[in-house]
Amino acid sequence: MTTHATGRTLGSTLGRPPLALVLPGALAAALLVVPLVTLVLDTPWGSFLDQLGTRAVRDALRLTALASAITVVVCVALGTPLAWLLARVDFPGRTLLRAAVAVPLVLPPVVAGVALVTALGRNGLVGSLLRDATGWTIPYTTTAVVIAHTFVSMPFYVLSVEGALRASGERYDVVAATLGADRWTTFRRVTLPLAMPGVIAGAILAWARSLGEFGATITFAGNYPGTTQTMPSLIYQALQSDPEVARTLSMILLVVSVATLAALRNRWLTTP
Amino acid sequence: MRVPVKIATLAALSLLLPLAACGGDDESSQDRTITVLAAASLTGTFTDLADRFERDHPGVTVKLAFDSSATLAQQAVDGAPADVLATADTATMDSAEPALDGDPEVFATNTMVLVTPADNPAGISGFDDLDRGDVTYVACVDTAPCGKVAAALFADNDLTTHPASLEVDVKAVLAKVTSDEADAGFVYATDAVAAGGDVETLEIPHAADEITPYPIATLAQSEDGALAQEFVDLVTGTTGQQVLADAGFGKP
Repeated sequence: MTTHATGRTLGSTLGRPPLALVLPGALAAALLVVPLVTLVLDTPWGSFLDQLGTRAVRDALRLTALASAITVVVCVALGTPLAWLLARVDFPGRTLLRAAVAVPLVLPPVVAGVALVTALGRNGLVGSLLRDATGWTIPYTTTAVVIAHTFVSMPFYVLSVEGALRASGERYDVVAATLGADRWTTFRRVTLPLAMPGVIAGAILAWARSLGEFGATITFAGNYPGTTQTMPSLIYQALQSDPEVARTLSMILLVVSVATLAALRNRWLTTP
Repeated sequence: MRVPVKIATLAALSLLLPLAACGGDDESSQDRTITVLAAASLTGTFTDLADRFERDHPGVTVKLAFDSSATLAQQAVDGAPADVLATADTATMDSAEPALDGDPEVFATNTMVLVTPADNPAGISGFDDLDRGDVTYVACVDTAPCGKVAAALFADNDLTTHPASLEVDVKAVLAKVTSDEADAGFVYATDAVAAGGDVETLEIPHAADEITPYPIATLAQSEDGALAQEFVDLVTGTTGQQVLADAGFGKP
């Protein structure tokens, strides 16, 4: 309430918002909102529940939920240390590594899939070694789906956490060190709690990216119901035969993701 | 305070510019352009035929868009600025019916074959080997025409195993095989011809029962219907038929 009142007083002292900001802002909002509204209006709601009940949709939803959850766990487990290294440790090639970490952000997802094949495919550099040593191949498995999702989602997480670590600064780390904490304790008790908003924001970004991931998955992991077919793959496939079904499936994905975000928001993300 | 206003004006202008450019183009240009939407399996032949068409019609540009038949049919119905549609089965052509100008004509046929990587890593010598259980093979998803044929062939041959992946189009299936990411794949005879030495080709029992017809039609939204029809005539005429036969297509 107080923030609201302050905002209003500040606003009246500063004058009316300039048209040069209001017009482009409204245009941006319209561009983002209108297609979503028309998608809602265009959804054949009559068949919504029927579609939700089909085997293919349930399999794809389950796989999407599973893959995105594991992706977030992997991002947090591996991405947090990487973000800490990038933010706190001065090592040769750090700038280069940071740039490399950001590359998947601009890579077309299909290219990400091709890159994964060259590394982890049956004849990829790492994949062929793995195949020779264990007989195990990664493509066409749910593991491949998670790897593809992690590849495209990790940059969002790492950059978000690294930003939070840099913003919170090294001063508290130094204080903790002078009080006798070793670096591991400092990380757990001081650095990480301070960077928590970045961790949560990064995890949500990674989860959202994983939820919609399509190109890298279908290129690297393939597309088979129950093992590698996620919702976006199913939607793309449905688009080829029945656009109406595709719209219903899109709406299911949209409803599930918005509901999850809303639930998370109530629990963790109440903005002060 | 003036700078943001200028930026906003520039931004607004930049939104309008492409529209203005479009308008000017149509009036001043003497060059004629037709856009052909063609199934992915026609990539080689239609690129060749488009070159011939441009040579025979100076000043004419043929734009080609290759994609899955269903995607193209949907684009045609949605009013995509195109003149000719050629699909890899009759069902997708039928789904584009509202956008068609006249009846579609079948100009070629295709049969399905099994391809393996050139070195045949899984040692596949016949179709029955797919049932061994240790063979990783891929096919099209059954919403795509190539997937419908593959599914019919699975049934005709009582196949008990299933593909490792259902790809969205036949090029993706071929890519999985040529990159050695799959031991075998269901592709059209023409894809096997195009892949040349990269693959080994095996016949599929009952494939002759599941022949795929390729229809072509001009589109209602065409702004140059006569030129569009000339392209269709090239495809269905002697030259077109020779190019198609060389690529492994069957007679209509």
